[in-house]
Amino acid sequence: MKYVDEFRRHDLAQKLSRAIHNEVDRGRQYNLMEFCGGHTHAIFRYGVQDLMPDNVRFVHGPGCPVCVLPVGRIDNAIQLAQQHDVILCTYGDLLRVPGSGRKSLLKVKAEGADVRMVYSTQDALKIARDNPGREVVFFAIGFETTTPPTAVAIRQAQAEGLKNFSAFCNHVLTPAAIQNILESPEVREIGSVLIDGFFGPSHVSSVIGSQPYEFFAEEFQRPVVIAGFEPLDVMQSALMLIRQLNEGRHEVENEYTRVVSRDGNRKAKALVAEVFELRRSFEWRGLGLVPYSALRIKSAYAGFDTEKRFEVPAIQASDVKGCECPSILRGVKKPTDCRLFGTVCTPENPMGSCMVSSEGACAAYWTYGRFREAATTAREANA
Amino acid sequence: MPGTSGSAQRAPWRRSAAEMCLAIPAQLVEIDEANDAGTVALGPVRKRVSLALVDDVDIGDFVLIHVGYALNKISPEEAERTLALFGEAELIEEFVGETAGGAAT
Ligand code: SF4
Repeated sequence: MKYVDEFRRHDLAQKLSRAIHNEVDRGRQYNLMEFCGGHTHAIFRYGVQDLMPDNVRFVHGPGCPVCVLPVGRIDNAIQLAQQHDVILCTYGDLLRVPGSGRKSLLKVKAEGADVRMVYSTQDALKIARDNPGREVVFFAIGFETTTPPTAVAIRQAQAEGLKNFSAFCNHVLTPAAIQNILESPEVREIGSVLIDGFFGPSHVSSVIGSQPYEFFAEEFQRPVVIAGFEPLDVMQSALMLIRQLNEGRHEVENEYTRVVSRDGNRKAKALVAEVFELRRSFEWRGLGLVPYSALRIKSAYAGFDTEKRFEVPAIQASDVKGCECPSILRGVKKPTDCRLFGTVCTPENPMGSCMVSSEGACAAYWTYGRFREAATTAREANA
Repeated sequence: MPGTSGSAQRAPWRRSAAEMCLAIPAQLVEIDEANDAGTVALGPVRKRVSLALVDDVDIGDFVLIHVGYALNKISPEEAERTLALFGEAELIEEFVGETAGGAAT
């Protein structure tokens, strides 16, 4: 596959690995946070950590939209499907996320609620056209990459006069979350989470560009390298971060130039600005309430806003007891620190969102067998 | 064939529906201007995508596909440049190897 295979070449990975080994300063630690679940996935799938020197450590961040959605919003979607008799359309991953009482959209679907998995917002529009007598709700979640397609659908619904389509908007913003992590007491005061630099998101940045990261690279004095999602992209970006840290620089650099520019995708940004506006604050699982970190639908498009058409109460719900997703999302704990990991909680029977999405840290640990290694080391240490 | 819904046989498109943040590079092979849409090819798979989010794309361009939308054009020149960077790592390595007395294998 073009633009994929050549960025996975084994021989080049070995070369980059040797270059990184040559350039690291043995006397220091490099704690590099990958914000995006896509990077977490690549790091595990291709064993990138194994190609790094011991003093380069990946810290997994909260960049998985499914993982950070608070349980209360899943409960809202379940209520919409069960009590309001809507056709609830959603991307695949959301179906299995446990809400309160371990109910999921998949379970209520089995009980008769009309929940449908869609691949694209275009599919949701089609369902609305085909079912004029029913209310169709699109459960919209995702970062800046997934927001423009929702904006297109809302504008299209308006242009077509589709009266039975609305979006339940849960779109969130990446720069706000990164800033929140850097301002958290764990990073600032306690120092329990060490972050020396960031891998900037690939596809989010293809929309928003590299410019939005400039503020906090400067403000928090941390380098950011926007990195593609293929393993060689991650390695090259690690090298770029290591060089910046060695030279005492904290700039925004772009490794993923084949897609990302400083300004991003202007057409997509304009569409998003036309349809959405900032929420004052929004709850993220793991991070709590984050100011100006999410979007809602502008009043000009209120007819397509599920939260205006239906009663969508604020629900305070808690995670399954024992689930450590919130701490894992902040980089404070590892999946193997969770007592439920691999025993009670597996991808087949997930207890928390971090095990549902393939971008979640728990699922990545499980799927690529990292935990076995960790378990062995722990056993050896205890022996 | 029974059991084709197994994850091993899932088409890349289906997989990406589950991996929401991921996008796949694919080549644009057809443009349907009236509907702001097009068709992309990924190996033998063809897929209709919306072109509502991109400007000036042409048949033959590679684009990133995400949840049924072309999100961005991929620049072939920049891709080459990045690949060349990976190669540069090698030069530095050889240089270090030489100055270290050619001990590198
Ligand atoms: S292993 Fe399961 S229960 Fe534990 S933190 Fe991860 S998702 Fe939550």
